[in-house]
Amino acid sequence: MAGVTASDAGTPIRRESRLSWLWQLLGDPLGAFGLFLVLVVVVSAAFADVLAPYDYKALDVKARLGAPSWDHLLGTDNLGRDTFSRILHGGQIALYVALVSIGASLMLGLILGMLAGYGPRWLDNFLMWIFDSVRSFPVIMFALAVITVVGPSLETIIFVVIATTTPGYARIARASTLATKNTEFILAERSLGAGVWRIMFSHLVPNIVQPLLILCSMDIPVVITIEAGLSFLGLGVKPPTPSWGSILNDGFGFIRNTPWLVVAGGIPLIVTTLGFTFLGEALRDVLDPKLKKDR
Amino acid sequence: MLLYTVKRLGLAILIVCLAMLMLLSAIHMVPGDPAGIALGPRATPEMREEFRALMGLDRPFFVQYFKFLANVMAGDLGVDVWSKRPVSTMIGEQLPHTIALALVGLGWAILLGIPMGCFSAVHRNSPLDKLTAILSVGCIAIPSFIVSLYALLLFAVELRWFPAIGAGEAGDLEDQFVHLVLPGLAVGLGWVGYLARFVRTSMLEVMGENHIRMARAYGLPTRRITYIYALKLAILPTVALLGVGVGSLISGAVFAEIIFARPGVGKMVVDAVNTRNYPIVMGGVLVTTMLFALSTLISDLVAAWLDPRIRQSL
Repeated sequence: MAGVTASDAGTPIRRESRLSWLWQLLGDPLGAFGLFLVLVVVVSAAFADVLAPYDYKALDVKARLGAPSWDHLLGTDNLGRDTFSRILHGGQIALYVALVSIGASLMLGLILGMLAGYGPRWLDNFLMWIFDSVRSFPVIMFALAVITVVGPSLETIIFVVIATTTPGYARIARASTLATKNTEFILAERSLGAGVWRIMFSHLVPNIVQPLLILCSMDIPVVITIEAGLSFLGLGVKPPTPSWGSILNDGFGFIRNTPWLVVAGGIPLIVTTLGFTFLGEALRDVLDPKLKKDR
Repeated sequence: MLLYTVKRLGLAILIVCLAMLMLLSAIHMVPGDPAGIALGPRATPEMREEFRALMGLDRPFFVQYFKFLANVMAGDLGVDVWSKRPVSTMIGEQLPHTIALALVGLGWAILLGIPMGCFSAVHRNSPLDKLTAILSVGCIAIPSFIVSLYALLLFAVELRWFPAIGAGEAGDLEDQFVHLVLPGLAVGLGWVGYLARFVRTSMLEVMGENHIRMARAYGLPTRRITYIYALKLAILPTVALLGVGVGSLISGAVFAEIIFARPGVGKMVVDAVNTRNYPIVMGGVLVTTMLFALSTLISDLVAAWLDPRIRQSL
């Protein structure tokens, strides 16, 4: 059926196929569930200022380590700060790190990957060697080495994530470039006298960007885990900025007497990683059925 | 195969050399005195002088690099800034704990993940297959430190089934094993998911091949076809994957080591980061990177030995 419609290429058909992936996604129960979880996280982070019942920095020492109650839905931490408000604001940090670093990795990986695929052979070999080397570093150990030298901060985390995820994007961009660069429409373009940059950015990019976007959706939970993990080790964002990891770190010190701090700090991470992973998987199945077979 | 082995070995050596270059140049990239950067604000002038002499920081960069390279090859990773003990000895004491944890984690992941994958492949598209798929994705997605924290909370703090902290009495194997249960559970859970998915995919691939169809045509019992003929082939790429598992679990163990207050390389490195003890960080990161490179090397070689197509790819 799809083959028949594709052969009568025309604009209305294309528009229909553009929307259809969303319906397919919603038709997959897991995909719809993932999308729902992601929306919950995104909306609660975006409107954290409105939704949070308390100021996330406000100390209330008398109410410290309070159990969940109607006043404090998820209790209070060791400084009497409202955990629910801190979790809402922590979502902003998590999504900020994920979006900034994955956006940068995507751009950087796209450019480097196209250079490797389209450029001379020596450049390809050199870049591939760099990518392989960076990928063979265990991420957490790499992060720890960088943090020792430049000190813990949000920027350090973003740098580490960009450095370790870019090779993944670059490899996919390279493979797609190699597959596309000798197709007829690129050869035609070249014979018409188009320059290298025009071919790369006007013609290659639209054809190779889709698998990269799928990888983005799969990488978001990984990046959020890295940020939370480093903040949990006390090597991430600086207090009083709330991060899900630092909420867990605060709670870990009091795990024997006030377990709800750890329980409450873990839930948003579970919801977010599951949501993005389910969404990413469903998106991959819908957008690129070929990958489904390989995985 | 020989050519591939040589090339792959060369790549592994290059990777380790590059890792050392990155570790050494890190302290030079930040503006300021490299010794001060490596040792942090609490270091005394004498300590900085000592570090400078040890690393040869006053000499040209490439001389420093080759000195570092020669030292590492001789097994000398420098000394701890504070206690003056050799870093290699300290890592030697911690590494067995980390490797034990990684092996226990991967061990139970194998015991559960591989049968799960087989089952899914045999009962393809059944409700149980779908449930297994969801469970595997869930296992992969949930961060291991959350699993560690929740496991600690539930089984050690609330139910008191297992000990919460430490690695157990030295020499008492049973006690040490009991201390490994919860951390092992936490670090291995993600790999249960990975293995289940991986085995399912390779099983399905094998089940579609001609000799399996032939066996079916001869009327052999399904159980025999699945578990004797198909699994034997499908398990091979998984064996190759396990090398990567050991390598990544050795560095991934850091969270479980911190949460369960276990000795280990990861905990040692994190403690050193907090006191800005760069020689320990450098040694710990280098050793884990080497182990990671070694284990991926072994799994790539196994994979190439099993599948000649891979040999062409390098």
